[in-house]
Amino acid sequence: MDEILDGLTQIDCDILVIGGGTAGPMAALKAKKKNPKANVVLLDKANVKRSGAISMGMDGLNNSVIPGYATPEQYTKEITIANDGICDQAAVLRYAEECYGIIRELDDFGIRFQKDQNGEYDVKKVHHIGTYVLPMPNGDTVKKALYRQLRKARINIINRYMATRLLTGEGRVAGAICVNTRTAEFLVVRAKAVIMGLGAAGRLGLPTSGYLYGTYENASNSGEGYAMAYHAGAGLANLECYQINPLIKDYNGPACAYVAGPMGGYTANAKGERFIECDYWSGQMMQEFYDELQGGKGPVYLKLNHLAEETVAEIERVLHIVERPTRGHFHAGRGTDYRKQMIEMHISEIGFCSGHSASGVFVDEHARTTIPGLYAAGDMANVPHNYMLGAFTNGAFAGMDAADFIADVDFADFDMGTVDAERTRVMAPTKRDDGIPPNQIEYKTRRLVNDYLQPPKVTAKMELAQKRFEEVREDMEQGMYVRDSHELMRALEASTILDCADMAAAASLYRTESRWGLYHNRVEYERDDENWFCHTILTKGEDGKPAHRKQDVKPYVVEIAEDEKDAYYKQRVEPSVAAE
Amino acid sequence: MPLAQTATSVPVTVNDDLCIADKGCTVCVDVCPLDVLRIAEAADGSKTAYMKYDECWYCMPCEADCPTGAVTVNLPYLLK
Ligand SMILES: Cc1cc2nc3c(=O)[nH]c(=O)nc-3n(C[C@H](O)[C@H](O)[C@H](O)COP(=O)(O)OP(=O)(O)OC[C@H]3O[C@@H](n4cnc5c(N)ncnc54)[C@H](O)[C@@H]3O)c2cc1C
Ligand code: SF4
Ligand code: SF4
Repeated sequence: MDEILDGLTQIDCDILVIGGGTAGPMAALKAKKKNPKANVVLLDKANVKRSGAISMGMDGLNNSVIPGYATPEQYTKEITIANDGICDQAAVLRYAEECYGIIRELDDFGIRFQKDQNGEYDVKKVHHIGTYVLPMPNGDTVKKALYRQLRKARINIINRYMATRLLTGEGRVAGAICVNTRTAEFLVVRAKAVIMGLGAAGRLGLPTSGYLYGTYENASNSGEGYAMAYHAGAGLANLECYQINPLIKDYNGPACAYVAGPMGGYTANAKGERFIECDYWSGQMMQEFYDELQGGKGPVYLKLNHLAEETVAEIERVLHIVERPTRGHFHAGRGTDYRKQMIEMHISEIGFCSGHSASGVFVDEHARTTIPGLYAAGDMANVPHNYMLGAFTNGAFAGMDAADFIADVDFADFDMGTVDAERTRVMAPTKRDDGIPPNQIEYKTRRLVNDYLQPPKVTAKMELAQKRFEEVREDMEQGMYVRDSHELMRALEASTILDCADMAAAASLYRTESRWGLYHNRVEYERDDENWFCHTILTKGEDGKPAHRKQDVKPYVVEIAEDEKDAYYKQRVEPSVAAE
Repeated sequence: MPLAQTATSVPVTVNDDLCIADKGCTVCVDVCPLDVLRIAEAADGSKTAYMKYDECWYCMPCEADCPTGAVTVNLPYLLK
């Protein structure tokens, strides 16, 4: 294993789904269900059995809209407000209307959700306004149940192939170029439609631990979805709205207030005082977190040590078995007992992810990107506050729409020269006798991201970042060196990460205002609704560098009253309450 | 620029006595999302799984899915 082989195979399919994490499997299932004759291929860099964010399961559905607890209109309103108004509501509303049906399907798959004595879903309030969190105390079953469905539906699964570029022709998508991560052999997949579910760009900033894989996101999500869409000419929206999370310090994973919050846990300052009213992750909340630290009141903690023994035991049971089970190892190693100590938190490095922001490959309510036949869903698509259920639901939309799309089209012709050029690019680091290994290219890029792009954002720093990134790119293109196909995968990831870093800097410089709390806090600019109440769309320009345009926010279908617009800015606990 | 031989401690360990890679097991290698585990063959032909690349998300599928309980996931030293 791992030796570098020279080879290229071509296969054809009707629908290629790239990424077998969360959105991808659901897209494949729905496409196949709608058109059982379609040849659906699900391709993943890792092994679909255990790939993606839900590899070890999930603690709960963060954004479920369940009759009796919330209406689609309320949810759409809350997400619009959380996003400072920048969102096309049609996609959020469709999600809100149809996600309940997806929950029922997941339930039928054997995935278990928390229910009350009457057998009804037991939904909890974590968000600022509405009630949307459905716990999954046995959430470790998610991926296994999903995998069973894939096998049952006879979806063609291809593991350990990394997609690197999309193919286009005749003004639409034509397929994708992929590289085997264990042999470096090429696979060209011709497809009538391509659905991307490649997850977040989780390796953009550098964790403070300095460990490249010590990320919040599954570290195999290095951002190829963004880079591939960019190089294919698709539009990417609002990338300046970074993802920044409040995480367990050093461990860099969720603590997790969504589980502990409904049981009485909360975010506190060093004195154990509550300073934010709502633990739901948003840019405005992260700004308060940042301000608390700047004000000398930190560190910030998750506080559970005031809770009753049985409550703590239940929180422990969930947090140490499901989702990120090594949380338990970490706390044990530090001697942190939820009963006695508070859990130290920090502000994470930056990434791209639509989970808690409005950024990503631009899609409409059918998960269509700006390239015909190309779809995106999940963390990499710009439907805001997707989370797991959003990935499933929008993945379903993509699968169903793609099944219709392929009915009327044949394969698009593409230029074989693109494949040759990609082979040359990919294999370059294997042709040298020595040079810079990918981990150093990656480390330097990500360290520079921290130095210059981490908010608060400063124009001069971001311009310096662009210069430094250019130098690293020169080193990468002229001198990166790998010894085996595994390192080649890392080299390709390093190049993706650099593309994402370039996009992050360019997008942040373009929007000359502050918005979304800490996510796009540009110290030289105030919020400016007159000029910037719009999406920013980033594309690859003629010169091969990011180009930008503004795009109107579509007229709302759910109106937001003037006095509701800024609800997410009212996070701070009034001093009298905090002192209690 | 030639490469150095800098050492790094790996977070995942395999108990050789429990590992049944000899019998053809590759479960941990197959499931790891970061693809950092491999099977090593000793001079006497016996096989065991080991962590080849220090690129771990400390996520646990390797430990959870190993049929014999041979794998232990520790936290990478830099963040533990
Ligand atoms: C630690 C953590 C905790 C979370 N907790 C919750 C929670 O409690 N509740 C909730 O609702 N949401 C939660 N989320 C969010 C939720 O898990 C994600 O929003 C959702 O799973 C994203 O799905 P996805 O399909 O976009 O990405 P993923 O499920 O991550 O899938 C991406 C897939 O793409 C593959 N891939 C990447 N690059 C390539 C490439 N180049 N070629 C081929 N394949 C590639 C990966 O291997 C992976 O399988 C959490 C996320 C994390 C990371
Ligand atoms: S899964 Fe367990 S038994 Fe199988 S190869 Fe890995 S360590 Fe050995
Ligand atoms: S903990 Fe996760 S990343 Fe690390 S070796 Fe095991 S499966 Fe791979």
